[in-house]
Amino acid sequence: MRVLGIESSCDETGVAVYDTAAGLLAHRVYSQIELHQDYGGVVPELASRDHVRKLLPLLRETLTAAGLGVRDLDGVAYTSGPGLVGALLVGAATARALAWSLDLPAIGVHHMEGHLLAPLLEPDAPQPPFVALLVSGGHTQLIAVRGIGEYELIGDTLDDAAGEAFDKTAKMLGLPYPGGPELARLAESGTPGRFRFARPMCDRPGLDFSFSGLKTQVLLAWEKSDRSDQTRADIARGFEQAVTETLATKCRRALAETGMRALVVAGGVGANLRLRAALHTAAVNDGFNVAFPRPEFCTDNGAMIAFAGALRLAAGQRQDTSIAVRPRWPLEELLATTPAEPLTLR
Amino acid sequence: MSGWLLSLDTSTEAVSVALLRAAECYERFELAPKRQAQRVLPMIDEVLAEAGIVKSMLGAIAVGRGPGAFTGVRLGISVAQGIALGLDVPVLPISSLAALAADVIDIDPTLTVLATIDARMGEVYAGCYRFDAQHGVQLIGDECVGPAHSVPLARAERWGVIGTGWSAYPEFWSPRIGAPEFADGARFPRASRIAELAVSRWQRGHGIAPEFALPAYLRDKVALTEVERGVR
Ligand SMILES: Nc1ncnc2c1ncn2[C@@H]1O[C@H](COP(=O)(O)OP(=O)(O)O)[C@@H](O)[C@H]1O
Repeated sequence: MRVLGIESSCDETGVAVYDTAAGLLAHRVYSQIELHQDYGGVVPELASRDHVRKLLPLLRETLTAAGLGVRDLDGVAYTSGPGLVGALLVGAATARALAWSLDLPAIGVHHMEGHLLAPLLEPDAPQPPFVALLVSGGHTQLIAVRGIGEYELIGDTLDDAAGEAFDKTAKMLGLPYPGGPELARLAESGTPGRFRFARPMCDRPGLDFSFSGLKTQVLLAWEKSDRSDQTRADIARGFEQAVTETLATKCRRALAETGMRALVVAGGVGANLRLRAALHTAAVNDGFNVAFPRPEFCTDNGAMIAFAGALRLAAGQRQDTSIAVRPRWPLEELLATTPAEPLTLR
Repeated sequence: MSGWLLSLDTSTEAVSVALLRAAECYERFELAPKRQAQRVLPMIDEVLAEAGIVKSMLGAIAVGRGPGAFTGVRLGISVAQGIALGLDVPVLPISSLAALAADVIDIDPTLTVLATIDARMGEVYAGCYRFDAQHGVQLIGDECVGPAHSVPLARAERWGVIGTGWSAYPEFWSPRIGAPEFADGARFPRASRIAELAVSRWQRGHGIAPEFALPAYLRDKVALTEVERGVR
């Protein structure tokens, strides 16, 4: 079964074709990052406008790369939430209408389920059960994945998401938007250990996170400092260390508590090299497997939507012809609608 | 250039779809604010069933390309793009203001028409139209967005006015237009009119590939940069 996947929930347009027998056939992502740069953040209306302009050219390019025409498709999947309503609607309407015109089944995919399953696009990916760490601009969650479609939220952030903390801290330090990757780059030239910030919530039991206090600590340190370039880098390093160690500590706890032996990491912050290193070290020490999606699948992309959609379509799930998006859609509500039959590829 | 023309519009609070071939026209029109996305494909299935035809008999897609509500305009364009891509047929994007104007011209082709849609924030989308035997419904000047007291208007003696932009700002229009010979401030663009306007263009080979069928928002300044906000 060949499934077209379309992602348009925020500021990336993503298109991919996934074949349940042959794997990923092609994928393309167009990032709007430059468009929003002067505005200091994503402007929803501009994002929607750009999705309409870019989606069809990207779709044609992806099909060409896969050597396919629209008639070679067997299904269409699209992100139906959560995300920016106008942006979601562009992908959903185009995808649903395309499926309608070809009499193909269509399915709306939960964006975070896409991220959650993205590591499974890699060869030798662990199969459930595993613990997933979802770390992005909007989420910091630990999820026990018992089977595909069977998710239990076991840890969540009480305030800022990890990516959000990266972005806000970067802004405080005067780095350009989007701050997370910039801060990570700067931290590489920082001195480890010069600034040591508290690891939030690590001193008490539980799997929840909190990053807003850390941000305040960083701000105080920065304001009291000489504000030199080296200090900025050192603070960045200290911040990054606090976040990545906190994430690693909670992952180890989650694995111990669930008795699961594998960890998958998904979401934009999963691209952070220090986080990857910390989790690899923990994996060696504790004896579990850790899997990351390739960096391009850490951020928003069509491949993860095509993949998650293919699983749901193969299980017989369908979206009727109404074009529906859910800008707010807690993952827990997806859990409640999970099919009784676990989803599998074959 | 054969087969049926499918037309759709979701640019305002209404949703409408139509099928046109020669003198045959089937239409569905609903006032369904916030439910256009839910309704548009099922309504197309309904008109196809009523006309007794199948998708493969569609030869082109016409769509209301705005101006109107941003999200609604994009919905229509996205649906048209998706269908046209799947069926490999051309798209004819049609102005929602021209579609309104055609309603008046159908009643009295000698009037100059002000078609106007409420654009919120104290502004309207507006365009002036006249009928011309050779070219049909013709735009005079440009379509534009602005306050009703200052958007440019054509010179005319006898006016017809149509659209929600009229009923939203009567106090600003009346000194400029006086008492029009025809006025309807509660009319929305209809897919059947869009189809009528599209069909001659289609016949002249003006259909375009779906990726080139894009919204006309008119209002293009939608956010301030950090510099403009004085934060950088
Ligand atoms: N190398 C990195 N280190 C830390 N954070 C990063 C890195 N790369 C990306 N991010 C963060 O990841 C987030 C974007 O990830 P994404 O999955 O697209 O999130 P969302 O869709 O929730 O915005 C941003 O907050 C960004 O700063």
